[in-house]
Amino acid sequence: MAALPHRHTYLPPMSAGSDRRVLTVRLFARYADLLGTDRLEIPAQGISTVRDLLSRIRSLPGGAAIAETALVAVNLTQARADSAVTPEDEVALLPPLAGG
Amino acid sequence: MGFLSLAGLELAELVAAVAGPDRGGIACFIGLVRDHHQGRRVRGIEYRAYEPMAESVCGAVVAEAEAKWPVRVGLRHRLGELVAGDAAVAVVTAGAHRDEAFAACRYVIEEVKRRVPIWKRERFDDGTEEWVDPTRLQPSGDLRLGGNGW
Repeated sequence: MAALPHRHTYLPPMSAGSDRRVLTVRLFARYADLLGTDRLEIPAQGISTVRDLLSRIRSLPGGAAIAETALVAVNLTQARADSAVTPEDEVALLPPLAGG
Repeated sequence: MGFLSLAGLELAELVAAVAGPDRGGIACFIGLVRDHHQGRRVRGIEYRAYEPMAESVCGAVVAEAEAKWPVRVGLRHRLGELVAGDAAVAVVTAGAHRDEAFAACRYVIEEVKRRVPIWKRERFDDGTEEWVDPTRLQPSGDLRLGGNGW
């Protein structure tokens, strides 16, 4: 059996200080209006959970009106505040739902 | 065919899709655009969705209902610009008897409203517009729970 490549080959930089990756966050409805865009690109450094991400978004101009407990979807599923987020995930910030 | 539709809802098509000789009861719920909201005249509503997630959640809700009751479920939700009186959502459930058809129909519409990422922007007669936020204070003073309650 062929040896597996060393795992570090596939890992992003380990040091948080050198993480230059970007999280892309889709915005909808009122939240898109508040932030003036339907897609945010946020430096991933220092963000490992949904809670971290929301805190960063709320610090942006227009972001203070977004609820601390706003819904966040990660890979099309509603996530909890302590759910992990990475730049590989599809992340969306969802205003209170109003279908029907 | 997906659960979201830009075109008008065809109820007969939904009924035909769930009907069968072993199903003696079909229940149906249709949600229409109301011409008023909190005392204001509404001209129309624009519906928007986070489409891939909305399709996925609609599929999950239908599967849940079909697992909980012996029914077939049809579901469509419109997107885009609707005017007062237009059908925005339709749920059709077919079972051997009315009990399971009514129960499943109620379950599906409630879960759709609670879990599917769809938003509506009301366009009022006075020219103003507003995103509907079900978690905001209602005129009765009750805080309607929504959003995070699931």
